Amino acid sequence: MTVSATVSNTASQAGTKTRFSDLTQMPDARGHFGPYGGRFVSETLSFALEDLENTYASMRNDPAFQAEFDRDLAYFVGRPSPLYHAERWSQKLGGAQIWLKREDLNHTGAHKVNNTIGQALLAKKTGKPRVIAETGAGQHGVATATVAARLGLECDVYMGAADVQRQKLNVYRMRLLGARVIPVESGTRTLKDAMNEALRDWVTNVDNTFYIIGTVAGPHPYPQLVRDFNSVVGREARIQSMEQIGRLPDALIACVGGGSNALGLFYPFVEDEEVAMYGVEAGGDGVETGRHAAPLSSNAPRGVLHGNRTYLMSDEAGQVSDTHSISAGLDYPGVGPEHALWKDVGRVNYVAANDDAVLEAFRELTRMEGIMPALETAHALAHAKVLAPTMRTDQHIVVNLSGRGDKDIMTVAKLDGIEI
Amino acid sequence: MSRIKQRFSDLQQQGRKALIPYITAGDPAPEHTVGFMHALVEAGADIIELGVPFSDPMADGPVIQKACERALKQGTRLVDLFDMITTFRQTDTTTPIVLMGYLNPIERIGYQAFADQAARAGVDGVLIVDMPPEEAEEIGPLLKSHQLDAIFLVAPTTSHERAATICAHGEGYLYYVSLKGVTGAATLNADDVAEHLAPLREMTDLPLCVGFGIRDGVTAAEVSKVADGVIVGSALVSRIAASADAPETIAGQLKTVLNEMRTAMDA
Repeated sequence: MTVSATVSNTASQAGTKTRFSDLTQMPDARGHFGPYGGRFVSETLSFALEDLENTYASMRNDPAFQAEFDRDLAYFVGRPSPLYHAERWSQKLGGAQIWLKREDLNHTGAHKVNNTIGQALLAKKTGKPRVIAETGAGQHGVATATVAARLGLECDVYMGAADVQRQKLNVYRMRLLGARVIPVESGTRTLKDAMNEALRDWVTNVDNTFYIIGTVAGPHPYPQLVRDFNSVVGREARIQSMEQIGRLPDALIACVGGGSNALGLFYPFVEDEEVAMYGVEAGGDGVETGRHAAPLSSNAPRGVLHGNRTYLMSDEAGQVSDTHSISAGLDYPGVGPEHALWKDVGRVNYVAANDDAVLEAFRELTRMEGIMPALETAHALAHAKVLAPTMRTDQHIVVNLSGRGDKDIMTVAKLDGIEI
Repeated sequence: MSRIKQRFSDLQQQGRKALIPYITAGDPAPEHTVGFMHALVEAGADIIELGVPFSDPMADGPVIQKACERALKQGTRLVDLFDMITTFRQTDTTTPIVLMGYLNPIERIGYQAFADQAARAGVDGVLIVDMPPEEAEEIGPLLKSHQLDAIFLVAPTTSHERAATICAHGEGYLYYVSLKGVTGAATLNADDVAEHLAPLREMTDLPLCVGFGIRDGVTAAEVSKVADGVIVGSALVSRIAASADAPETIAGQLKTVLNEMRTAMDA
């Protein structure tokens, strides 16, 4: 087994002036997180984004909207999700106690549904009869198809053709739910290309279509509202930590592709300086090989894609790079702009976990705790394996168990040489 | 007076409308681009929009997506466009050239370096599809100080308020996107376009040029009755695609397509 994770350079590029409390005030009125974020879209979409921004601004502090959101999270999603003490695994690793925030137990099997519930409520307010989404691993697509079925909305999901191949189970789930899954053949045939195609659809059908973006990226206000809807994860984890551990945890770990499950867990802890945070990117074959999807921990240059400025893997001419990851959900060259800022100010340590370490963590948790994680989630677990042994047994780590692994059984079986 | 301003002033005196072809630089290979540009001018182009190939052209339909792929496969970079334009300028010092593309290649080489090199090569205007005026605060002054016109899009969905902002920031001409969709989509509706251009006329003296959905002489002529200029892209690029294996025939085909439009517009 090769080295499983590489610690990133967390040196602050934006200086040390930003206080962590300032981080709760982001984004600014124009959707900027320091130098990142913004609204870099073609003019046709500007009005739809302004409209969404206004709708969300009026809903955000509306008690009736919040109550409806909370009710759906409780009775449709099944929240709160438990905080589970992985005692056996903690003991084996021989260091800190590991607690798993069980987002895998949500309806549809991942954190993604927190956001789609919220955006579906917004879609309902706007009265648009159709929703579209992009998806990588298919979790966001399934979560979107689910809320669309429940609200009786037409639903089209764009998915890279390569991902359609490696996530067949989720593709069929979406179809059973009544969604149309449109394979995208352009570019690298993965998540970024699905997002390009979803944006092209939206620009064409903007009058009757609500675009449910699945991660904390895209043009303002998406990074903000996706973060807000997922923050229920961190709010619960905070309360549960106080109840079950008796204090705040020493560290949080979550995987980062676009970064929605990580922001959801981290955001409510951002001012708690004593809580260390680790965002784990897809190291693929290893950051040093260039075959990865880790823009933050590889110190990719700044760039603009899909409506926001962020760390973006691109070549010297500014063409977006091909990415590689065992997990379709993390196979993306950019990252949410709020993560980019949090890297610069040193609030979060961004590291990468390689494919082989991820598989090992996947197998280990499954065998030791009876919990089969998604391959995306297994990136966070791979880093827990690195971090826990460096800590004392009376210290505590909360890992966001962002999704369940059923969808990845075929991928893992294939690696084992088994045809199902 | 900038080349773009001069060109529109000349056209106005002649009572003609601007014909503005778009091609993606480097398609089907970089060595053909300068020849195509001269051919377009011979066929009646007043301004040339030269596309900067990008890996993720989100506002473009399949025709220009594929053009970008062909150009990138041949290794075309933004800096190569500056060489092409420098070469073009050795024999044509009057036809305005507008670079059209996405922001990331410009971000990567840096705004200052971009403005320096573009101005030196003889670029006249810059249209960045994914950069509305609100996000142009940093690059805007640099373009201005290099005498590069910042050209912005106006869409059918643009509110009156936003249109006013765009008019205040725009230079050279306004690019009115005739339909909701990507490039090369449906055919436009000239009455609909006229209806949207009327309020813009009251806001600005900038020439109003219309693109997206112009396929042939008929649509070009219809639009030129209500607009100051007609922009045609996918109709030309699809010819390049069809003859990518026989690039020596492309210049002639581009001339035929553009000539038909020119004739129809001037009739």
